[in-house]
Amino acid sequence: MPRAGILVDRPYERLTKEQVELIHQASMEILTAPGLISFNEEAANILHSHGAAVESIPGDRRSWQVKIPEQLILNALDNAPRTVKLGARNPDNTLIMQGDEPRVYLITGSETNIWLDVEFPTYVHKSDASREIRVPEFKPRRGTVEDLCQSAHVCEHLEMVDGYIRTVNIQDREITEENKDVNKFFASLNNNTKHFMSGLTSLKQLDNVVRMAELIVGGKKALEENPIISFITCLVKSPLQFVDDTTATFIEVCRRGLPVAVSSSPQAGTTAPIKEAGIMAQINAELLAGITLGQLVKPGTPVLYGSVPVRARMDTLGDSYGSVETSQYNIDCAQMARFYGIPNYSTSGVSDTKIPGQQSSIERLFSDIVVAMSGPQYLHCAFGLLDCNSVFCLLQAVLDDAHFKMIKFFLRQPRIDQPEMEAALKQIRAVVTTPQKLYISYIRPVLRSGEISGIYPFEGSGETDDVLELAYEQMKDLLARPVEHIDRETTARIFEEIPGILPRLNVYERES
Amino acid sequence: MPEDIIGLIRENVIQGRITKDDEGMDEGMVGKPGVTELVEQALASDLPIQDIVTKGLSGGMEVVGQKFEAGEYFIPDMLASAEAVGVAMEILQPRLARSGIKTKGTIIVATVKDDLHDIGKNIVSILLRGAGYAVKDLGHNIDTQVIVDAVREERPQFLGLSALLTSTMARMADVIQILEENGLRDQVKIIVGGAPVSEEFAKSIGADGYGADGFQAVAVVEALASGTEN
Ligand code: B12
Repeated sequence: MPRAGILVDRPYERLTKEQVELIHQASMEILTAPGLISFNEEAANILHSHGAAVESIPGDRRSWQVKIPEQLILNALDNAPRTVKLGARNPDNTLIMQGDEPRVYLITGSETNIWLDVEFPTYVHKSDASREIRVPEFKPRRGTVEDLCQSAHVCEHLEMVDGYIRTVNIQDREITEENKDVNKFFASLNNNTKHFMSGLTSLKQLDNVVRMAELIVGGKKALEENPIISFITCLVKSPLQFVDDTTATFIEVCRRGLPVAVSSSPQAGTTAPIKEAGIMAQINAELLAGITLGQLVKPGTPVLYGSVPVRARMDTLGDSYGSVETSQYNIDCAQMARFYGIPNYSTSGVSDTKIPGQQSSIERLFSDIVVAMSGPQYLHCAFGLLDCNSVFCLLQAVLDDAHFKMIKFFLRQPRIDQPEMEAALKQIRAVVTTPQKLYISYIRPVLRSGEISGIYPFEGSGETDDVLELAYEQMKDLLARPVEHIDRETTARIFEEIPGILPRLNVYERES
Repeated sequence: MPEDIIGLIRENVIQGRITKDDEGMDEGMVGKPGVTELVEQALASDLPIQDIVTKGLSGGMEVVGQKFEAGEYFIPDMLASAEAVGVAMEILQPRLARSGIKTKGTIIVATVKDDLHDIGKNIVSILLRGAGYAVKDLGHNIDTQVIVDAVREERPQFLGLSALLTSTMARMADVIQILEENGLRDQVKIIVGGAPVSEEFAKSIGADGYGADGFQAVAVVEALASGTEN
C-alpha cells in the first residue's frame, strides 16, 4: 500500500484553457527561437541525432546552440511515463504519482548550508526578579553529518513527511567532494525509511550510491521494482542553458532508468522575465527541453516536471520564496504539468525570514495552503526551510508537520450524501424535542473517528506564547523514539564495498 | 451474581451508556444493558441501594474524572457519564427517600429573567446530577418570582443561578433580596455562575458560592454541603 498523501478533490487552478495553450505555444516557439545553449556536448549530440538543429557557438567555453523542433518534444512527452513510482526502504512508504491525479506528497528539502540550533535561556525581569521568562534564541551554524542524521531521524517520525530530500548540506572537515555523496546517502537512508531523493555532488559516485541502494533492497532487479532512491538534477540554468556537469549526471541517471526530477529554478526579474507570462513560458520551455533529453537518452525514464520558479526580492535580488507571486508561479506550473500528464515536483513552505516565528508562519502557511490546493504530486521544501532556502531548522519542521495536518484536514472532501443527510435530519428532529436542546451526546461517536480536527497542538496556557517551546519538546520526544536502521549484515556489506563512508556512521560499530 | 451488576453499573457509567442502545466508548456495546437497565436489574435483585450509588455510580464517576484529568476523556464523554448517573439517580430517588439513606440534596437551577443563554446552565445541571444531586431545572428566562416560589415549595438545599449578560446579572441580586424579604434566604445555599459573573460579584450580592465552570460548580456545592467552603 503506497502512502496516501493528500488527494485534492478539485485542484485550484489559475489558468484558463486558453492561457495554458498560450504558454505551451510560447514555450515551443522559445525552443526553436532562440532555442537553448548547451554547455554539454553529449546532450547537444543526442538532440542533434534526433533532428534538433545544433550549431557550435564560438568562444572560450565550448557550447552549442540547440533548436528543438516541436515534434521532438511532443514525442518525448508521449514517452514520459504518466505514473511514477518512488520506492522506499519500508514499502509502506512507497509513493505512487500519477500525472493526472492531484495527489500531493509532502517532501523535505533542500540542502541548505546552515543549520539553525535553538535554545531557551531564562530571562529575569529587571525590576522584579521573581518574574522569569524563557525566550527562544536561534544560532546558525554550518551543517554536519550528525545534523543530517538527526533531521532524517525526526522526519521519519513526522507523520506528514512523505519523502525525504536531505535538508542540510554536510560540511564536516572529513567530508570531501569525493566522499560527500556516499555519506549523505548513507546518513539519510540509515535514519529514514521513506523515499530518498538527492542531487549528486560527483558523477563518479553515482555507481557507488546506486550500489548502496541495491545492497539495501537486495539487488539490481529489486531496485528497479522498488527504486528507494531518485535524483534531482538542476540541468537547466536559466535562462535556457544546459549546464555541463549536471547535464552529464542527468544523462547517466536516465541511462540507469532511475527516477529523476528535471528541475529548473528561474528567478522572475533576474534570470526570467519579471512578469508571469514571461517566466511561465520560459520555465515550461526549460523543463520540456530537459524532459525531452531524458526521453531521448532512455525512452520511458520516469521523470518529474521539476518546477522551482521564484520571484526576486527587490532589496537583495535574492530568491523570494515568501513572495505571493512565487506561489502563483508554482500553482501555474502544477497546472502545466497536469496538462502534460507528468507528475509535478513543486515548492512551498520556504520563508524569507531567518527564524521561526510570526513572519515565518505566515509566509510558509500562505504558500503551503495555496500550492497544496493546486495539487502538485511532489511538494518539496515543505519542512523547516528559512531565510530564502539557506537555513534549515528542525524545530520549524516539527511545526510545519502540525500545520500540514491542518491543511490535510481542510482538503478533505465534504461528506454530504443521502444517508448522511438522513442521519442528520433524524438527529435534528430528536434533539429539538428534548428539554435541553443540545446535540452534545452526538459528538461522542465522531469524537475519536478522526472526523473532528484537533486543537492546535502547541497551544500554551495563559498569556504567553509557548508554541516554540512546546514544539521543541515534541522534537526531543521524536528524537528519543528509535528509528529502524539498515540491518547489521547489510551495513557491514555497505561499509565493505563502498569506500568513503565515515566509520562513525556505523551504528553497530558504535555500539560495540 | 449480584456483585456483577454493581460492577457492570460502574463499567457502564465509565462508558457513558444510559440505555442498551448507546454506543459508549468501546466497540460492540450496543444491545448490552446500559445504566438504566442495570439499575432496574439491581433493584429487582434487591441489591443494597447504598452499593448501587457508592460503588456503582460514584465509583464509575471517579474513574471518569481521572480519565478526564489525564486527557483521555473529553467534555462530551464526561457529560455522557454524568447523564447516565443522573438518570440512575432519578430511578433511585423514590427508594432513596424510603430507605432513609441520606441523599446529597436537591438543587434548583435557572437562568434568570431576560436571559436566554442556557448551554452553560444545562452543562452545570448534568454534572451536578452526575455528582448525585437531585436537580430541578426551571429553564431559562425565568421570572424572579417563579424562582422564589420554587424555593418556597421545594425547599431545596441549593439554588443555582446562571446569567450570561451584564444586563441580567442584576437579576441574581433581585432573587436573593426577595428571598430575604420572604424569610427564605437562610434555608438555601445560593451559588451563581455565567461568563460575566465573578467571585467578587458573587460576594457583593450576598451569594454563598461561585463556579467558573461546571466542575467548579460541583466542587463549590460539595464544599458548601460539607461546610468547608471557607
Ligand atoms: C451561545 C451564545 C448565545 C446563544 C445562546 C444559545 C443558548 N442556547 O444558550 C444566542 C445566539 C441565543 C445568544 C444570544 C444573545 N447573546 Co450571546 N453569547 C453566546 C456565547 C457565544 C457563548 C455562551 C455559551 O453558551 N458558552 C458556553 C458555555 C458552556 O459556557 P458558559 O455559558 O459560560 O457556562 C459555563 C460557566 O459560565 C459556568 N456557569 C454557567 N452558568 C452557571 C451557573 C452556576 C450556578 C454556576 C456555578 C456556574 C455556571 O459553567 C458553565 C459550564 O462550564 C457568549 C460569549 C461567551 N464566550 O460567553 C455570548 C454572549 C454571552 N452573548 C452576548 C449577547 C450580547 C447576546 C445577545 C444580546 C445578542 C443580541 N444582540 O441579540 C443575545 C441575548 C439574548 C438574551 N436575551 O439572552 C454577549 C453578552 C455581552 C454582555 N454585555 O454581557 C456575549 C458575551 C457575546 C459578546 N461578546 O458580545 N448568545
